[in-house]
Amino acid sequence: MIRFLFKGLIRDRHRSLFPIIIVAVGVFLTTFLYSWMNGVLNDMTDANAKFDTGHMKVMTIAYNKLSNQLPNDLALTGVDRLIDTLKMTFPNYDWTARIKFGGLLDTPDENGETKSQAPAAGFALDLFGKNSKEAARLNLSKAIVKGRIPEKPGEILISDEFAKRMDVGVNSKVTLLSTSSSGAMAVQNFIISGTVEFGITAMDRGAIIADLGDIQYALDMQNSAGEILGYSKDMFYNSKTADKMAAEFNNIYTKPDDKYSPVMLSLEDQNGLRDYLHYVDGVIFFIIGVFLIAMSAVLLNAGLMSGIRRYGEVGIRLALGESKNQIYKSLLNESILIGIAGSIIGTGLGLALAYFMQEHGIDMSGQFQNSTLMINNMIRARITFTSYYIGFIPGLLATLLGTSLSGIQIFKRQTASLFKELES
Amino acid sequence: MDDNKNIILVEELVKDYSMGSSYFRALNDISFTAKKGEFTGLVGPSGSGKTTLLNILGALDNPTQGDAIVLGKSVKSLTHKDAARLRNNSIGFIFQTYNLLPVYSVFENVEFPLLLLKKGKEEREEAVMKALSWVGLTSKAKSRPNQLSGGESQRVAVARAMVKNPVIVLADEPTANLDAENSHNIIRTMLKLNEELKTTFIFATHDEKVISYLHRKIVLNDGKIVNDINLN
Ligand SMILES: Nc1ncnc2c1ncn2[C@@H]1O[C@H](COP(=O)(O)OP(=O)(O)OP(=O)(O)O)[C@@H](O)[C@H]1O
Ligand SMILES: [Mg+2]
Repeated sequence: MIRFLFKGLIRDRHRSLFPIIIVAVGVFLTTFLYSWMNGVLNDMTDANAKFDTGHMKVMTIAYNKLSNQLPNDLALTGVDRLIDTLKMTFPNYDWTARIKFGGLLDTPDENGETKSQAPAAGFALDLFGKNSKEAARLNLSKAIVKGRIPEKPGEILISDEFAKRMDVGVNSKVTLLSTSSSGAMAVQNFIISGTVEFGITAMDRGAIIADLGDIQYALDMQNSAGEILGYSKDMFYNSKTADKMAAEFNNIYTKPDDKYSPVMLSLEDQNGLRDYLHYVDGVIFFIIGVFLIAMSAVLLNAGLMSGIRRYGEVGIRLALGESKNQIYKSLLNESILIGIAGSIIGTGLGLALAYFMQEHGIDMSGQFQNSTLMINNMIRARITFTSYYIGFIPGLLATLLGTSLSGIQIFKRQTASLFKELES
Repeated sequence: MDDNKNIILVEELVKDYSMGSSYFRALNDISFTAKKGEFTGLVGPSGSGKTTLLNILGALDNPTQGDAIVLGKSVKSLTHKDAARLRNNSIGFIFQTYNLLPVYSVFENVEFPLLLLKKGKEEREEAVMKALSWVGLTSKAKSRPNQLSGGESQRVAVARAMVKNPVIVLADEPTANLDAENSHNIIRTMLKLNEELKTTFIFATHDEKVISYLHRKIVLNDGKIVNDINLN
């Protein structure tokens, strides 16, 4: 019987083509938009994790409270021991200390007088440690525009745009003016070994990247650091594991009445990402809902129209001994075939466009001009396992819903009056 | 089944169609019986209630009062499902406008009732080819309805009604769209099947050509039986 329906569908374009196109369009948009949002989200968590939040971050309670002021006077102390503890407790994670600092970057002219001066956002990371993965993590070798990665103490990287603005280049001498952890004025000279561009506006405006040891020395922070970041060794962030780790750590080490005791936060606990992730989930849900309703409405109408065209057929089939229920079921079966066909086509097209946008992306740097969001300027789609089936949900539900509602309309009519259509 | 038993028993049947607040009485106190193997016509002018009566006999419509007992089943009290089962197992329909399913081939149209009866593939094939040979259309098995003449289409409809070997065939103006030659042709085919298979045929018609073949003529006027003539 299904084969019989299938033949009918294929031979009667009115019955199949229009609904399949509707379903395909809706499924196409659902699949693509899902993959797109997924890509944006993924880029965003990725950039945040690498440059800012880690998968996990340990700070003091006090530092956490004021973290946007980079309060290095409230930094963690005894960092080496803390990292050893973390490595032992959570061996699947890579643990590393970072210091974020602010300051003025000063370039002298030939006479040693200030030529230009500008505020800088500083990142100190472990560049020289022999097991350090930091340089690879930030993909520094790819980010280099001119020069090279620092090879010895006293060398720094500076964002390319910043370098142009300051009129400095590779091998220029610069002076960092900052505040030490004890509140005193800190002055330190550096040589620029290279300039970098990450494609993340928030990093490319005015960042300097220095070795952790140099900055610990400059800011009087021996064995001390603002943050310890943890990265899962497989590089996948898992929300559940993260929450469990944070709870386990905090349960042992966080002393609510000691503001210098450490506290561990997951990626989602920072920068409002948890809300953002939920928000995006909501948006995806909403998109699917909208397409589901829109497609159902169109298919309901299409069903009614083709139902009117098919009163005659329904009449004959009743006369030939099918019951209303059987015919209703066979209409639903037809709609499932249509839903599957449309969903396959729509998913294929959606994946194709998503794949294209995954490889090519759109440059949004214009939009992110003043952004402090850690997000890649190139917005890309991302295909995941879910991309392959997400479109089938509205695709199949809408055809079923549209057909069941239009079917009810058809069968509200009296058997005899359906049958009457035969005579006309 | 006992050949003398009434396979159709109509008792004081009334059918009203509601027209807003009032109603129109299409059938008014109809009673008659029919036996297996009859070749009977419901004859009367347009609007006399022939189609209405045929639809009730086929359990496609419900009586307002009275009842029709078809093959022992009371049409009035049949559920949708049981009505469908009765049609499926025992009743074949033939319409004025052939009503073949346009997207299916001749073979598939005739096969359809057997699919509903869940017959096996081989049994279906055999029965369909036999039915097509009754009406002389085996060569058109693969054609689509729109490739057939009117006469051929109606012969396919006859094959479709006959393929499951029903006890009763209800035919509503089967010759109305056919020329004289095709009309005679189709009615002779039905007569032959009536004789060979003992299928009961009930026609609704006002076609003199059909009437000339009937064994019995029930004359309707304004929803009433005005005459019931045995022509044998
Ligand atoms: N659904 C309906 N609603 C209202 N009146 C109806 C309906 N169906 C039929 N009628 C009326 O009932 C009467 C009998 O109709 P019916 O179709 O049975 O006549 P008929 O004898 O088959 O006529 P014809 O030879 O033209 O086919 C007609 O007057 C018709 O207008
Ligand atoms: Mg009629």
